[in-house]
Amino acid sequence: MAFDPSRRNVMKAGGATLGAAAFARAIAPITEWTADLSVDEFIQRHYKEMSREDMNKVLRRIEAKTLEEYGATVHVEDVRPTPGVQFAYALNLSVCIGCRNCSKACHEENNHDRPTNNSYIRVLEMDNGSMSLENGTVNYDGPVPKPGKFYMPVQCHQCDNAPCVKVCPVEATWKESDGIVVVDYDWCIGCRYCEAACPYHARRFNWTKPEIPAEEINPDQAYLSNRVRPQGVMEKCTFCLHRTRKGRLPACLEACPTGARVFGDLADPDSEIRWVLENKRVFVLKEDVGTLPRFFYFFDE
Amino acid sequence: MSSTPQSDAHEGEGTAGVSETVLSYPQFIWKALGVATDGGPLFYVWMTVLTAVWLVGINAFVHQVVNGQGVTAMTDHVSWGMYIGNFTFAVGLAAGAVMMVIPAYLYKDKEMHDVVIVGEILAIASVAVAISFVTVDIGRPDRVWHMIPFIGRFNWPISMLTWDVIVLNGYLLLNLHVVGYLLHQRFLGRKPNPKFYIPIVLLSILWAVSIHSVTAFLYSGLGGRPFWNTAILAPRFIVSAFVSGPAFIVLALQIIRRFSDFHVGDGAIRTLLNILRVTTILNLFLVGSELFTELYTGGSHTASAQYLYFGLHGKNALVPWIWTALSFNTIAAGVFIFARPGKHMWLIDIACVLTLFGLWVEKGLGLIVPGFVPSTLHEIVEYLPNALEWKVSLGVWAMGLIVFTLGLKIAVAVFRGDMHVSEEAH
Repeated sequence: MAFDPSRRNVMKAGGATLGAAAFARAIAPITEWTADLSVDEFIQRHYKEMSREDMNKVLRRIEAKTLEEYGATVHVEDVRPTPGVQFAYALNLSVCIGCRNCSKACHEENNHDRPTNNSYIRVLEMDNGSMSLENGTVNYDGPVPKPGKFYMPVQCHQCDNAPCVKVCPVEATWKESDGIVVVDYDWCIGCRYCEAACPYHARRFNWTKPEIPAEEINPDQAYLSNRVRPQGVMEKCTFCLHRTRKGRLPACLEACPTGARVFGDLADPDSEIRWVLENKRVFVLKEDVGTLPRFFYFFDE
Repeated sequence: MSSTPQSDAHEGEGTAGVSETVLSYPQFIWKALGVATDGGPLFYVWMTVLTAVWLVGINAFVHQVVNGQGVTAMTDHVSWGMYIGNFTFAVGLAAGAVMMVIPAYLYKDKEMHDVVIVGEILAIASVAVAISFVTVDIGRPDRVWHMIPFIGRFNWPISMLTWDVIVLNGYLLLNLHVVGYLLHQRFLGRKPNPKFYIPIVLLSILWAVSIHSVTAFLYSGLGGRPFWNTAILAPRFIVSAFVSGPAFIVLALQIIRRFSDFHVGDGAIRTLLNILRVTTILNLFLVGSELFTELYTGGSHTASAQYLYFGLHGKNALVPWIWTALSFNTIAAGVFIFARPGKHMWLIDIACVLTLFGLWVEKGLGLIVPGFVPSTLHEIVEYLPNALEWKVSLGVWAMGLIVFTLGLKIAVAVFRGDMHVSEEAH
């Protein structure tokens, strides 16, 4: 097995050296990326496996990183669900005018990437006389509402039988006790299987690192909701859990000028959401796919 | 360490032969390395080209990791594309290799048995390609460890993707064992002991079906994507795998025959052609059944098929691709039926290339992209891979061909007796 200094072997060694050098050059840009990635981030455990103490360290690290990378001072919390609460959302199609204020409010509240104008809400303009999504479009312009049209905002339905949760290979997304489906942005591997599985186009992928000017960053953030997401992971609507779990209303609801949106606790018999579900003609989107949404649509009489 | 008589060792791995066997591993690997880096000018040109393409692919992949997958043509509407398409096709190729294993081991086809190692090496290379395509598709390759059972959180048995991880890695290990064992035994000048590899070979036959069924279930289990949500998907995958695998091997066997003095009998190629005669037709039949159901029924659930074959609302990026694929597969089916191996081998070669391309389109872009067009909210956003995705994909295939070439080179050297254990190792 001793090295034989024949011409051929010398050539081979030369070839190998050249190949190794070319390889090193090909992967050189990776250093730019690894410089951003700390050991603590790399070995961070799953959300459910972190103690309060671990979590506090992570939250402080995220705050420091947001300051360093975006120049914004933010406060990141880990807001937990309140036992017994069951969140649900309903939307009145008779009064929605398609102004897309909800979509814009979501964009700002949830620290979405500015250049892509991302939002968790897509508003469809539909023809009167048809409930088929085939006849809808999200690309409409001009003054609204237009005659002969109605408008249907679509966002995450927080399904009780959520296909996105089932397909995740690493349990990076799950349903919380109050019914909200969340993503651990620090655990997601970015395979986008959930995005393929969702029947409502509710999930978004961070195709690049989000760009947001410091002064536009919403500093009131939570680990599982609107903190600035890392590149290469999934994100979705969380019913603004950083607000709703503290007794406030979702940003999209507050932005709605017509009162089309109703949000509340299903477990509370006196809640408005309960009244809507019990008294209005309510339906869910794509009931046939068996997802059991927590997002309902209804019409006035 | 007892001293075992030589004659015992020749019977296979006796208990006492184990230490000797293990001691020969470094020599085996060292000599394999020598064989793998030694060849004629054509070999060096081939390997240099593959290495160059591979490096270009790695470089493109690194750019993608650094800058995010926004550098690809994928969007939130079409969130899987070229990579997952290639992944699907590569899994098929791996499963298709079993079409050599079945005749060789179940039907005791002597000539096929002599060359079956080619199929097993193809299985290894294709699984490596498939796993690489999933790796280049994920947004956070630094977090793959989250998938390792017990260390990360492996969502088994609920997520079909975890099943795919298990079956693909399992298939890789099974084939690595068989190839490694057979070559190493021959290297030692021993007759392989059937009890150390035949059960594994039989298991790998069932396993081959599982890798492609599970890959089909990955898509067909999604109720929100009507184009994929069809029970015929797994059978279609299996049948098309039994086209692409044999077609690739027919070409590979002829190349081996031309460029090495490894004996490849006509019988092996004839058997593969007999398989292709049936599977190409069966594949066209399944495509036809799918098309009938989609087009005759109509309605919004069939919009994806409309888009793929005829275009939808003026958007028709995939139409030329799928019709080219369909015609190639039809021509190939005709050639396999009418051409005679002895006389029209060149025609058969062309047919193999045509059907490989046809299936690559059918199971690649033609399967993945229409699943997303129109989107679940019926928006029509089109997708075709961009230059970076081509670079990464070609790089992965180049890596696969490197594995395949080197595997074959070592196998041929061992089988021809050019690579064997040195006397002093005994």
